[in-house]
Amino acid sequence: MSEKPKLAMYWAASCGGCEISVLNIGDKILIVDEVFDLAFFPCIADFKHHDVEGYEDGYIDVCLFNGAIRTSDNEEMAKLLRKKSKVLVAYGSCAYEGCIPALSNLTTKDETFNTVYYENQTIDNPNRVVPQVETQVPEGTLTLPSFYNTVKSLDQVVDVDYYLPGCPPEPEQIWAVLEIVVNALLNDGPLPPAGSIVGAGNVAVCEECPLDKNVKTITQFYRPYEIQPEPGLCLLEQGLICVGPATRSGCGALCPQVGMGCRGCYGPLEGVDDQGAKMLSAIASVVGVGDSTDDEFELEEMIDNVMDSLADPSGTFYRFSMAHSLLERVKANGNGTNGGEVK
Amino acid sequence: MSEQQFEPVIVGFLCNWCSYRAADLAGTSRTKYAPNMRAIRVMCSGRVDPQFVLKALREGADGVMIAGCHPGECHYVEGNIKALRRYVLLKRMLKQWGIEKERVQLVWASASEGNLLAEAVDRMTEEVRALGPLRWRQAVLGGNGHKPVETAEVEVEVEEV
Ligand code: FES
Repeated sequence: MSEKPKLAMYWAASCGGCEISVLNIGDKILIVDEVFDLAFFPCIADFKHHDVEGYEDGYIDVCLFNGAIRTSDNEEMAKLLRKKSKVLVAYGSCAYEGCIPALSNLTTKDETFNTVYYENQTIDNPNRVVPQVETQVPEGTLTLPSFYNTVKSLDQVVDVDYYLPGCPPEPEQIWAVLEIVVNALLNDGPLPPAGSIVGAGNVAVCEECPLDKNVKTITQFYRPYEIQPEPGLCLLEQGLICVGPATRSGCGALCPQVGMGCRGCYGPLEGVDDQGAKMLSAIASVVGVGDSTDDEFELEEMIDNVMDSLADPSGTFYRFSMAHSLLERVKANGNGTNGGEVK
Repeated sequence: MSEQQFEPVIVGFLCNWCSYRAADLAGTSRTKYAPNMRAIRVMCSGRVDPQFVLKALREGADGVMIAGCHPGECHYVEGNIKALRRYVLLKRMLKQWGIEKERVQLVWASASEGNLLAEAVDRMTEEVRALGPLRWRQAVLGGNGHKPVETAEVEVEVEEV
């Protein structure tokens, strides 16, 4: 009945925080409601899979897709929504680059199942029941989506038009993007080039961060619970891991300002493929141990001792970007090594 | 040669001022050593972004060698110390990724140490040969239903010397 453009939002492997972040844009949500008709939004409205299947291709004007690709169902939905949408946005860190779900790329599907269904302290599973893709029951066969060994980002299964980073994206950034889209739909305004990262800056979080940086080097790392950071001072220079130097701006450096190092949710800097590798370099620059006068054979050990206080470097530096990293996942059963071992 | 033995592909990042010259020296003095290392000249070992290493491994290298001046001799004073700090942390990360430590090595070789560099290449070639191919794209990423990024399967034949 109405001619309004159609909006969809769908969650794949995600926590649901992205949905909440859309509602977090405050009274602007009324404008969204005014401009768009909802075509699909399982979190807040009752649509079914077959509703979407029934739409013509390209029926949905804008689809905000959040969540990573963890199961065959996630992938199927991504493909369906791609077909039905004119503009597909990878919304939030999971869809953009894997985020927390993709941390399980540091291990295998089997290990994940072991932990989740057998070994967790709170698990009581005497019959060792685990989900099966197919289960025979007297009435017939029950099926479940299959669980992938590797978590993928949205653009690893379908083409993506825009990326909106953040875990979750910040309200002003979301609105800034929606405004552009609304303007394009209603007034033929310009859209950013396809493939762009929207709703974010293009410098490092450090540049938005007001904490004092004194180019101090450190000889020991601390985990957040171990020390009380001194207010107003760069956290990395106090030995607290802050991924700000390797992370794209756009959030306003919210976390460092309240004493929590940047976790890296806006993804790698402009032009950088691998956020973790960049962070590794940044860490190498703040470690103040070893110089050219030290004994060649002792140097490595001295540095290694400092790195000993840095727990789980891969999990820390790739907390949000594992699926988009250069190597994407670990090699399980590498000769004599322990995939996913912490430290 | 019916039973072809596995010839590892090793990408070598050699610093311009020491290790690249060491390789040059090994060449001009006709030192025999394994032809498996593809030398890439960089200005300093400190120029080697860890991304280079990861990219090489992803794109088909079986191993990566970073070679620079001895500590205290870097043309840019401390570039090699920086390389070492990165390397120490990278090693810890590679372990988490299931990549054997022999596959990424850091070597110091001054311009006069052609033989030392040649030995390091020989040693590393044998170590990596013993580990077998890495084939990251095919063996690690392949079975994941991942949309192939590019299907550039570059099979580099190692020439006999
Ligand atoms: S110039 Fe050789 S390591 Fe820096």
